[in-house]
Amino acid sequence: MSELITLRVARYRPDEQDPEYALADYDVPLRSDWAVLDGLNYIKDELDGSLSYRWSCRMGICGSCGMMINGDPKLTCATFLTDLAPGPVRIEPLANFPVIRDLVVDLTDFMHKLGRVKPWLIRDEEKPVDDGEYLQTPAQLGDFKQFSMCINCMLCYAACPVYGLDGSFVGPAAIALAHRYNLDSRDEGDHERLTILAQPDGVWDCTFVGECSAACPKGVDPAGAIQQAKLAAAQDVVTSLLLPWRSR
Amino acid sequence: MISPLEARYYRQRMPLLWWTRRRSYATFMLRELSSVFVALFVVELLLLVRAVADGPAAYEGFLDAMANPAVIVVNVVALAFVLLHAVTFANLTPRAMVVRIRGRRVPPRAILAGVYLGWLVVTAFLAWLVVG
Repeated sequence: MSELITLRVARYRPDEQDPEYALADYDVPLRSDWAVLDGLNYIKDELDGSLSYRWSCRMGICGSCGMMINGDPKLTCATFLTDLAPGPVRIEPLANFPVIRDLVVDLTDFMHKLGRVKPWLIRDEEKPVDDGEYLQTPAQLGDFKQFSMCINCMLCYAACPVYGLDGSFVGPAAIALAHRYNLDSRDEGDHERLTILAQPDGVWDCTFVGECSAACPKGVDPAGAIQQAKLAAAQDVVTSLLLPWRSR
Repeated sequence: MISPLEARYYRQRMPLLWWTRRRSYATFMLRELSSVFVALFVVELLLLVRAVADGPAAYEGFLDAMANPAVIVVNVVALAFVLLHAVTFANLTPRAMVVRIRGRRVPPRAILAGVYLGWLVVTAFLAWLVVG
């Protein structure tokens, strides 16, 4: 028998009479090529089929398998068991979100917020399809590419104490995505988005803890995006005060 | 209205001492706390202005009060916090500002160097004003 590592997994079963949030220990093989997600799959397949969690691609693209590992928000597919040995490894659902069951959280709040910031190309006037694409240079692409790498894994929301304390905050990923479109040379919706981001629950709620960027597995730097959006919002106010004829 | 499914959600709450769980959270709370000391320093400055306006005797009295060891300790703590705040602010600048010169993006390090250089120049000027 190979070496084992203990996974201390959060369990919450709402179908029980008095559901209680508790940690349960499972011993899984400690293999050098196994990520935490492989350990969870082993539990599901071999030890306890009732365990619920989300996962899909196993390669850091789908953004489904984010959980708290020893208190840190991580993608379970990108966190290896050998790095956590000898254990035990605490695995809990993403912080700051309501738990539906075991390790599955409800992301409805984020979905609403994402829609609010209008993450799509907004044009003053749409070009007819026959006129072809909106062209863009590699440099123009480079201006926003970093912010388009977001996989909506919600690790940044789990890392953000502002979101944890005040659920109305629009939050890191949604603001970073809004900023991605504001920076896009093909987009003309800056002003429309800025009026949303400059609301009290928008960029000004951020107190720059910076943990969202530390947690991001794709190097998006949402904290940087929020500060840039703050600067843009402040510049917009000054412009509208000093040069009212220039503001739209 | 809350659905029967949502009613059975487990709601995670942030513990009161959440900021002790991580070094970066603790630094953040320290920075937030620093504003109290910055405010204290502003009050001190206002008291100085009032003392100067009230004449030489009031000014001497103010200087005596400032020489109190307890006041000096508070001021040293305030200075440390203001420095923490200033360094955080300076380090944030390259992430908040995207500067372009002739269409080319200025590297973050250059912006950071510019901020610290500006800080140094202002500090040198103030030092010259006070000492010189």
